[in-house]
Amino acid sequence: MHVDALIAPLLNGSAQGALLLLAALGLSLTFGQMGVINMAHGEFLMIGAFAAYLVQQVIVASGLSIPVALPVAFGVAGLFGLLLEVTIIQRMYRRPLDTLLVTVGVGLILQQAALQIFPSQGVPVEKPAWLDGQLNILGYEWPLRQLFTILLAAVCVAALSAWLKHTSFGRRIRATVQNRDLAETSGISTRTVDRLTFFTGSGLAGVAGVAASLIGGTNSQMGAQYIIPAFLVVAAGGIGQLKGTIIAAWAVGVALSYFAYWTTGSLAQVLAFILVIVFLQLRPQGLFTVRTRSLA
Amino acid sequence: MTKPKPWLSLSGIGVFAVLLLAVAPLVLTDHWLNNLGKYCCWAIAAVGIGLAWGRGGMLVMGQGVFFALGAYAMAMHLTLETAGDRIPGFMVLYDPLAPLPMFWEPFRSAGFTLLAIVLLPVLLAGLLGYALFKRRVKGAYFAILTQALAVALATLISSTIRETGGDTGLSDFKYFFGFVLNDPANKLMVYLIAAALLIVCLLAVWQLYRSRFGELLVATRDAEERVRFLGYDPANVKLVAFVVSALMASIGGAMFVPIVGIITPAEIGAAASVLMIAGVALGGRASLFGPALGAMAVGWGQSSLGSTWPEGWTYILGLLFIVVILFLPNGLSSLPARFAAARRRPAEQPAPAIAVAELEEVRS
Amino acid sequence: MTDDSLVVTDLHVEFSGFVAVGGVSFDAHPGEVRFLIGPNGAGKTTCIDAVTGLAKATGSARLGERELLGRPVHKIVRLGIGRTFQTASVFDELTVLQNLDIAAGRHRPSVSLLRARRGVEESIEQALEETGLAGELATPAGILSHGQKQWLEIAMLLVQDAKVLLLDEPVAGMSQDERTATGELLQRIAAKRIVLVVEHDMDFMRRFATRVTVLHQGKVLSQGTVADVQADPRVQEVYLGTAGAATTAAMSAVPEPVAGTRQGQED
Repeated sequence: MHVDALIAPLLNGSAQGALLLLAALGLSLTFGQMGVINMAHGEFLMIGAFAAYLVQQVIVASGLSIPVALPVAFGVAGLFGLLLEVTIIQRMYRRPLDTLLVTVGVGLILQQAALQIFPSQGVPVEKPAWLDGQLNILGYEWPLRQLFTILLAAVCVAALSAWLKHTSFGRRIRATVQNRDLAETSGISTRTVDRLTFFTGSGLAGVAGVAASLIGGTNSQMGAQYIIPAFLVVAAGGIGQLKGTIIAAWAVGVALSYFAYWTTGSLAQVLAFILVIVFLQLRPQGLFTVRTRSLA
Repeated sequence: MTKPKPWLSLSGIGVFAVLLLAVAPLVLTDHWLNNLGKYCCWAIAAVGIGLAWGRGGMLVMGQGVFFALGAYAMAMHLTLETAGDRIPGFMVLYDPLAPLPMFWEPFRSAGFTLLAIVLLPVLLAGLLGYALFKRRVKGAYFAILTQALAVALATLISSTIRETGGDTGLSDFKYFFGFVLNDPANKLMVYLIAAALLIVCLLAVWQLYRSRFGELLVATRDAEERVRFLGYDPANVKLVAFVVSALMASIGGAMFVPIVGIITPAEIGAAASVLMIAGVALGGRASLFGPALGAMAVGWGQSSLGSTWPEGWTYILGLLFIVVILFLPNGLSSLPARFAAARRRPAEQPAPAIAVAELEEVRS
Repeated sequence: MTDDSLVVTDLHVEFSGFVAVGGVSFDAHPGEVRFLIGPNGAGKTTCIDAVTGLAKATGSARLGERELLGRPVHKIVRLGIGRTFQTASVFDELTVLQNLDIAAGRHRPSVSLLRARRGVEESIEQALEETGLAGELATPAGILSHGQKQWLEIAMLLVQDAKVLLLDEPVAGMSQDERTATGELLQRIAAKRIVLVVEHDMDFMRRFATRVTVLHQGKVLSQGTVADVQADPRVQEVYLGTAGAATTAAMSAVPEPVAGTRQGQED
């Protein structure tokens, strides 16, 4: 019984961490590459969730619709990201803080549009029947929904890292992250790389949105809840560091879950905030850093 | 390029003071005067944001936190003043028998409340700023962390209904340090206090901007490492600007309470904090008057359009962020300087003309 | 060796396992224009970074009696170490006067920062005179020419009253006339202060160096007067092997250094 009290938040927190990781993955990619915080990233997540809902209007069988919704959400959110990059972000190079504010504006507009297109109380996304059960692992009941989130996060991380490592586009992205000027002079079209990165990063937000729609409500406000924790995860993990992001997401998820278990949900947020500040005192560059000699 | 004429900005503040303190009470109805008082409160916070963000380069996205410190300190005092010897009404609703929470007790004292309005933001901003700036946390990190704090505080207040009034907030204040708030004469007095405080804040940043500190702050914003190599600790420079801006937000929050008559978490959370930035961006982040005037404009939009045409207002606000920051990063107040510079140097050298325009903007 | 010499002993700097500087020792004294040269990646800038607290290092770097290593950047500056960077870094939006005023300000009490500046301090006027920027007092630094920016940086070090000036490629991108003017300026400054120059430009080095230290792969390869260094076969080999034959040819083409005699004339 005593152990159970410690294990339950751990399971719960791991799933929460996986969702955070999904939300943070794309952010980490775009922030790492362009030094730009896309505050509309949360709204891209919302777009993914609404995409799942729309797919269900066409494919009624929820068992099939969610697997279809995942790539659709990726594509739709990715296209929104691409559009944002082409119309606005590419005009604002070397003004990262201003870009942050501009995307706040984009986020506001997308939220309001969602509020007007869809019912204000949100829409229901049907959970597939195959996610209803529980799986018994080591004597503990794991809700399949939570396991699905963890699995989805694992697949996305694996796909992303394989893509970054083994494709030529991936290598170009990594080169641009590490030294934009050098990459440019070595003949890499950083413009194309930026666009592709933004598409992929935003697409990942869409995938996160599908996962989020299976756990919480799907409404115009849902993105706003994720952007800040996702950013804290990226900050704590270290810019452009995949393994740092994974560890940080899990740690923040579990910490939030324990704090919420011991205190209240709202106090948990304050405690998590203090935790991140304290952590940044110890490691201002995050868990893992790319060492450079440049001034910054 | 000579030194900007300080008396020009100073007389500008004088004109503004006359408009706010003498003209407005004569020509405006009570309703609009009250609204103007509310805009003044936002403008006070905006002047601080101009200092921290425009001059100091610190994007403070959580000024709602400091606004809240002043506002809730004031609101707690006014609530206790209204309740007299009894427990405040909203607390009785949730638990008639529980005593007054400990942290409310000192706010019975007017002196303590005023001190808290000044000291709480200074302490919190000092602590947070010290922790972040000394470890060289800046840019987007700083921006998001401040916003995270605003979200956390708003959530905390929302969830503590009995202690803070939760989402319904604190309201129904009858007295303001012994004055009956319903009395139109006292309402005018409260407005005049808020307007006068705005003028004081403008004078304070006017002096800061023309001082050596102002120059050092701009230098720190543009090349923090270089400043370090001149023997200064940039963390201290930024800390001072951040603390002053937090203090101004708190003062704005404190005056907001008697003027508007209610404070809720919605007035201090992420959205409210972003709204404060919007006005500063619109007016011109680095100029003297831009932040205050911009905040008043956005405040007007928020309280008129925001209630009559909320969907439209949100779109306008979103577009405002995009258009102003994309095309006019120094806000509306940079327009005259731009036109003037364009006229002085016809077409031959467009690039320096813009540089000069922006420079004048920074110093105006 | 005097009280106000810069003495670096057995300096080591590592970047995650990579040894950028492996046991470098050199010293610099007032009265000489000291050069630190070497091919790319030799560790020249890293040496300066270490001395100014930007890079973590072991070993010792002393100014007179005081150890510099281990102190934060701004404290090292307050001990009298000033530096410039490869890319000129001045405050573009501030005027020349404002730039210099900030540089001169570290001795002022904090409270005086809250007042506006009145008039121009004498040290600033001298520095303007010295660097030929007197006419640009009210010009925003951002629209100065490249060479003028470099001079402004040097002027900032002067008003900052730095005992040691560490200059990272001060003549990069300058015209021949500007180079000469800069070299002469450095010689004048060096009369009372320590001037240490990191440079690629061999011609500039030959004309103005009093003593030279050649670094190669994080170690001192050779040390001495320009003539000594040029005669050193190891130096020739390194420059032949890495920086190309042209440099070596250029190095041996000029038969004797002129810096020493020039300095004598200036004094």
